[in-house]
Formats: sequence, structure tokens, C-alpha cells
Amino acid sequence: MRYLPLTPADRASMLETIGAASVDDLFVDVPAEARLAGPIEGLPAHASEMAVERHMSALAAKNLSAGSAPFFLGAGAYRHHVPASVDHLIQRGEFLTAYTPYQPEIAQGTLQVLFEFQTQVARLFGTDIANASMYDGSTACWEAILMAARVTRKGRAVLSGGLHPHYGEVVRTMAKFTKDDIVSLAPELTADPDDAAVIAAIDDKTSCVVVQYPDVMGRIPDLAAISEAAHATGALVIAVVTEPVALGLIEAPGALGADIVVGEGQSLGVGLQFGGPYLGLFGCREKFVRQMPGRLCGQTVDAEGKRGFVLTLSTREQHIRREKATSNICTNSGLCALAFSIHLTLLGGEGLARLAAVNHARAQQTFERLGQVPGVSILNNAYFNEATVILPRDAREVVRELADRQVLGGVSLGRLFPVADGLHNGLLVAATETTTDEDIEAFATALEAVLAGASA
Amino acid sequence: MNAPNASGWRPSMGGSAEAKFATSSGDYALMLEEALSLELGAPDKCGVDIDEPGRAPAAGLGKFLRKSAPALPGLTEPETVRHYTRLSRQNYAIDLGPFPLGSCTMKHNPRLNEKMARLPGFADVHPMQPQTTVQGALEVIEQLADWLITLTGMTSVAMSPKAGAHGELCGLLCIRAALDARGETRDVVLVPESAHGTNPATAAFAGFKVESIPATPAGRVDVAALKAKLGPNVAGVMITNPNTCGLFEPDMREIADAVHAAGGYVYCDGANFNAIVGKVRPGDLGVDAMHINLHKTFSTPHGGGGPGAGPVVLSEALAPFAPLPFVTRGTDGSIHLVEEENMGEGHAQAFGRMVAFHGQMGMFTRALTYILSHGADGLRTVAEDAVLNANYVLRSCEDLLPAPFADSGPCMHEALFSDAGLADGFSTLDIAKGLIDEGFHPMTVYFPLVVKGAMLVEPTETESKAGLDRFIASLRSLAERAKAGDESLHSAPHFAPRRRLDETLAARKPVLVWKGEPGVPGTPSLSEIGGS
Repeated sequence: MRYLPLTPADRASMLETIGAASVDDLFVDVPAEARLAGPIEGLPAHASEMAVERHMSALAAKNLSAGSAPFFLGAGAYRHHVPASVDHLIQRGEFLTAYTPYQPEIAQGTLQVLFEFQTQVARLFGTDIANASMYDGSTACWEAILMAARVTRKGRAVLSGGLHPHYGEVVRTMAKFTKDDIVSLAPELTADPDDAAVIAAIDDKTSCVVVQYPDVMGRIPDLAAISEAAHATGALVIAVVTEPVALGLIEAPGALGADIVVGEGQSLGVGLQFGGPYLGLFGCREKFVRQMPGRLCGQTVDAEGKRGFVLTLSTREQHIRREKATSNICTNSGLCALAFSIHLTLLGGEGLARLAAVNHARAQQTFERLGQVPGVSILNNAYFNEATVILPRDAREVVRELADRQVLGGVSLGRLFPVADGLHNGLLVAATETTTDEDIEAFATALEAVLAGASA
Repeated sequence: MNAPNASGWRPSMGGSAEAKFATSSGDYALMLEEALSLELGAPDKCGVDIDEPGRAPAAGLGKFLRKSAPALPGLTEPETVRHYTRLSRQNYAIDLGPFPLGSCTMKHNPRLNEKMARLPGFADVHPMQPQTTVQGALEVIEQLADWLITLTGMTSVAMSPKAGAHGELCGLLCIRAALDARGETRDVVLVPESAHGTNPATAAFAGFKVESIPATPAGRVDVAALKAKLGPNVAGVMITNPNTCGLFEPDMREIADAVHAAGGYVYCDGANFNAIVGKVRPGDLGVDAMHINLHKTFSTPHGGGGPGAGPVVLSEALAPFAPLPFVTRGTDGSIHLVEEENMGEGHAQAFGRMVAFHGQMGMFTRALTYILSHGADGLRTVAEDAVLNANYVLRSCEDLLPAPFADSGPCMHEALFSDAGLADGFSTLDIAKGLIDEGFHPMTVYFPLVVKGAMLVEPTETESKAGLDRFIASLRSLAERAKAGDESLHSAPHFAPRRRLDETLAARKPVLVWKGEPGVPGTPSLSEIGGS
């Protein structure tokens, strides 16, 4: 077996050192009746690299990859071009095969990257500080709600109807067990987001309002107005950013008054990967630092006075605090954070702004063209690179019929919000810098044909 | 005492690795310092060629536009590649040598796994694509699920948890949901005192009270003490098996039977499943839920701290409560996802959703590749060689370092030592930092808490005997130096990119982000960052 270095002679000599007659003697603590006599039956035996590659490649070939079709999906996961150097660098063994940096003297590479990452996230979000990443956007969102409850000592969270429904489901699932009070506003097909409803739902028991920016339908909430209303009663504003590229073009949530900004970092460096692993981003005001979940990297000096970095404030964490920890999270998303950080370093501030402008321009082109399709209209008054298209019939069927024509034409609101009436004709459509003129034309043409009832 | 190094150099030949003088650059040949990207870069530098947008933003966006670009310095591609390559060289990694962190399982990461995960059919697929266009991706999830169920002898598996602790939470929420369905409000979870810190943290997060169970002098769960705590308030137990002392819990079945008889459920922390994969099925021991760290047992890379993946295998009693989404195969042979939209079809008891989308697909692809490479026979050898390597370390060092449970028999995949018997003022920390100078990553230190100055060594099955012999020689040499009171250990490491770092300073005056102007070089002075 190509991954196992011990030879039969090694094994014999080691057993002699140990003083055991056979390897099975080392499993003596396992009750005899539970010990398996040989390899589990019905499962295949080991396979060569070539054979495994053949098997996996056949499975991969059954999927229609985004790059091989006109592609317009978003809804919390966006297809951007990732520069070749990003994937090369994250595969360096010193990054790929290192552990959590618990021995800082020989982990400065990872630690300095995390410090740079925290700085980049904080500057992107407009927050004072950021942590070293979380599992993904949805879990970061729930952790932010818990943190807001710790900071405000209140337990009522108001979720905007524009929050990604998976994020809302994660929050409602967890809150069932923690008994936090969650007020979920209903999603509605309106040209502007539900800012007024969010503001109206705030009362003096409210710990936080959770507002996605841009929201799941691509609309852009007025965070400044929401922040003013929330802060008047002592509630915190949690802004959720599922498309960080947007922040190259629109104002940072922290600059508009958001107290905690969380997000999904997948757009930069990470890739689609059928939904994971992704990258939870988490930034907030400096005064909340000791209530923050997740790992933090901090600057310090070594015994010779050289600048260095360590994991810090771990007295919040589970390995010290056990049942009193701020969170049970042990792992972050280190390698995805590295990819995000490298991509953002390659872009720089002005590069990100230009990338965002191109995304928006591609979206404008897309929606102008789709708006010409008979029976189709665009919902949004404002959007970044994603907006809601209103179709004359259930978008779930239309998406399937587009797929029959090898067009990946967006995410239906009916799949995202299965129980919400009145949304089912909505189709979320996203464009990025990877969208070509030909893609837009192919999409519009296929949509025309599908809506005209032509057969594929 | 010193073994000849691989170059043939011996101490008697003179010269010293410590012979240094100050260079003008501050670098020393291949020991390269690196500034922050934020100091090196400039906001108008860019390593990506981006088209001109060609049009102005839509009028509707006007009031939302930011006034200036984010203050993020950029670098061109050559500068970027150099920055991260130089930083990478300040990391130790499993690719460089043994990384014997007990309970963390740092084994070789096969590169085929990386190659397969990057096939466009897996890497460039959107989670919300129509399911007819992602049948191969769903089949990966289905095949991995089948392997995990078969290897553990369980009924079903929840695939979506993002990491081990997230899997623990998933398992405990299944237990909560099952109790709710029974109309019971049991609120206590029993956790052995040797448990990893995530266990009590998770139980508390899931709304349970935690009660601790003591260990026996032989390092196992005290079964009598556990049974005495069972009662109508106990929702279940969380037991790590093999446990954090590196020992199998031989009474697992008896514990499970007692817990079940008292109306509770058995959660097994599967962090150490790599020691028994292919040798024992946890389902045969009465386990109701167990998470599997794909990054431990099935070699997905740790990546400097994640991403992990923590699928949870479930017994028949808990299977109906598994969270959304999951995959099933229809009568027509197609695979589909059960989500909120169609959960009514026989899955109405699902406790909810733990993540956006479907879990750590990129890790599933890697783990399945690893499993297919090893096969049922190879996985069994993985466990056997891991246990053999650990026992070899245990028996090769126990004369110098006390091994508190060595008398009770063989260990599983990790060897546990204590720092009792070192010279006055010497402890585990000195041995750990000394290992860094010897060119090794230290073992897990001061865990489990039940052993004084614990040193938990997990070599894994991917270390060769020659590699282990080198590690053992270094560990023995350090134990001898610590027993002899060699003061130089107190200031180790001497040869790493950094000497011991001031963690107190970092915590007392946290500096978590760089506050300088973009692109302006200049390390803050010590007084600025709180140094003396």
C-alpha cells in the first residue's frame, strides 16, 4: 500500500521491541466479540492511484460544471475567476499540511497570514477587528446573534426577510435548542428591501437586527437608517455579507453603523465546490473583543524582541473554558482564509473596486437583456451583481427546463423559500466578471424559448 | 549523545549552528524574514488584470456607492508568490517531518486527494444547480456515506457538519430532538473528566448541564461512578473511544447497555476512530451517535487550522432526527437531496439545518479518494500500523519518561507520558520546545488534564520505522537533558524562526489588526505594541 511505510520486517522487529507476539495482541482491550476477524465484507479492496482516478473522474464527468455552460447562479455562492497563483500557493505543503498554530515558534507563516487576513477583513468590512475565520457565513451569522445576546444581555433577534433562507434556518434550528427568541420577517417580492419592517420590529427587548447587505434578492438595505433606529433602543446591528466583492463598490457596513459584520468569504479565492468548504468572516467593534467567538491571532514579540504572532485571548475558548466557553468551535477555516487573503492581496483595494465595477456592469448588461424577454421583468430598484427576475410562471420549472438546454439560469425563490407563497415566480440571477456576452445572449435566447413553450 | 545528522556531521568535527553574526539584511541565507503584505503592498498595485467596466454604475446604486476604494494594499503576482512562499518557510508541516500531536492525527495527506477535489466536475459546481446536473456530486456524498455507515456499523449518517465540534453538536441535537419526540426533558449529559474541551462546551451549547465522571487509576471511565449518576434526568453520555489517554474503553458495551436501560443515549466522540477503523465497529458497542473527523481518520488536510468535516453516524433510534439536507436515491435510480422543500416525504422529524448548502463537499471528495485508495483491507492496516507505531514509541521511551498507564497493557494510536521525575524546575514545556530545536513538531502537551504534565504522542501509520527511531532518539536525549537539569532547555527553541513568544503581552494588550497606512513600511516600535 503506497501510503504505508512499514515493511513486514519493520513490523516484526517493532513487535519484538514491544514484547507482543502479533499486532492483534495490541488490540487486547477490545472485547473479543467486537473484534472483526478480517476486512469488512462487501467492501472493495485497495486500489491503485490510476484506478481511483478513473473512478472519481467518471463521477466528476456526470456533473455539468459551471465553466462549461452559461452560468448565472448566486444566492450566497458566487463564481469568480481565481488567479492560478492562489491555488498554487495554498498547495505548498508548509501551509496545506500544517496544524493549528499552537507552537508559534514554528508556525509564524500561518500566524502572520491570519494576522494579515484579520486586517484585510476588518478593512473590507469597516470594522475595528476581525477574527481568524469561522466555518461559513451561516454559522458565523448564528454566532453573531449569540454574541449580541452576550453583549446586550437581551435575547430577541430580528431577522430581515432578506436574509438568506439557509442562514435563517440555521438560526432558527439553533435557537430552538438555546431558547433564544427569533423574530423572522417574511420575505416579500418588493422592489426595495424591508428596512421599514425591520425598524418597526425593534423593541427594547431586542438584542440585534440581522440584515443581509445586499440582501438575498439582491436589494440593498439602508444600513445607516436601520443602525440609527437599532442603536436608539440599545440593539446591535448585524450585517451579513454573502458577496464580499460587493464591498469594492458599495459602502462598508461598519462605516454605516453595523456593530458586527459577518459574511461568507467564498467569493474570493475559494471557489464554488458544491457548497463547501467555505469561509466564515467575522468582524466587530473592538470593545466586544472578549465576547467574540472563534480564534484570534495577535501581535507580540519574542524573547529577542522580534515581532511575532500568536493565537491569543484563548481564555474565551473551549479548551480552557470548557462548558463556559463563548462557543464550542475548535476548527476555523484556515486554508480557505489563506486563499481569500492571497486573492485579496493580488487584487488590492483598487483592484477590488475595479473587479466590483466589472461585476456590476455585467449584471446591468444581463438584466437589460433579460428585461427584453417577453413576460419578464426585473424586481430590484438597486442591485450589485445579482437581482430578482420575475417570470410569468413558477421559476422552479423554468430552471429545470433551462438546464435541459444546458443553461444554468439562476436559483428559483421557490427552492430557497418553499413555504413562502407569492415568491415562486421569482428567479435569482447573478452575473460576475466570468459572464460573457455570449453567455448573456444564450441565456436570454433559451429563456425566450422556454417561456414560449418551445420544446428543448 | 548526539546522533550523527544526515549530512554526516558530528559534534567532534567542530563548528556550530549557533555561530552567527549580524547580516546587513537581517536574513540568514535560507532563514528569511518577511514583512506584512500590508507593509509591502500599495493600494494601486494589482496582481490581476481586470477589464474596464465600460459603463457607469446604475443610477439606483448611486446613494450606496463607497467614496473611495478599500484601504487594502495589493501586490503583483511575482511579489505575491514571493511573499507567501517566504512565509510558508516559517511553518513546520507534516511534509517536513513527524508531527506527533496526540489526538490531532497528523498523517500524510495523499496528493491524489487534492487532484481529485480539483476536477472541474467537483470544484466548479454550484450547490444550488438543478439536481439533474450534479448527479456525480450527489453520488460522491452517497458513496462516502455508505462507507462511513458500513465501517461504523451504524444506520445512517448526517453529512453536513463542518468539523468535529460541529458534529458533536449535531449528535447532541439529535438526542435532544429524540427526547422531545418522547416528550421528555432530560437535561444532564455525563462527560468523563478526561474529555476534550469541546465535549463540555458542546453539551452546554446544546442546552445541557454537564456532569463530570471520574477516571479509574487505569485511565478508563469509572463505570461504577457512571452508573451511579444515571437516572431520569440524564439525556446521555459523551465518551471518547479510544479515549484521550490513548486507551480503548473495554466496558463500552456495558456502559451503553446501562445508559440505554436508564433511557439515555450514547454519544461517542470519534476523534480517535483512526485507531480502530476496520478493526471494530462502534455500532457493535451500542453507540447511538459518533462524529468522524474526516481530517483525522481520512486524511483531509488540516490546512493550518481547518477546514475540517464532521459527519455524524447515527443509530436507528436517532436516524429520523438527522438534519437537512441529505441524499437519498429514488426508485428511478436518480439521487436527490432532501431539503426544506421536500422534507415532508418521510423526513418530517429532521431537527432542522446546521449549515447553508450541503456540507464540506471538497472534503468528501478527498476522503472518498483516500478510502477507495486504501480499501477495506488497507484501512484495517492503517489502524494496525498506527497502533503498532504508538506502542513502539511507548515501549522505547517508558524507561526514561513515566508512562502512567503503560502497566495496564498496550496503548492504542497514541502514547501518553508524564513529566514526573524531571529535574526540579523542568517540565513538559522544556521537552516540547527542545523537540522544536531537534527538528520535530512537539507532541500534544498538558492534555489530557488527568495526567500531570501530559505528553501525548501520536505518530500515525504514515511514519516509517527509521523516522520513528530518529524521533525516539531525540525524545530520549531531551528526557536525559531535562533530568540532568540542562538549563539551555529553558530558553529553547534556539534555532526556530522565533524564540519563545510573549503570550502574556499579546493577551494583555491585544493587537489584532495592522493599523498602519497601506503600503507604508515600518514595523511599529515596541512601545507602540506594548513591549518594554
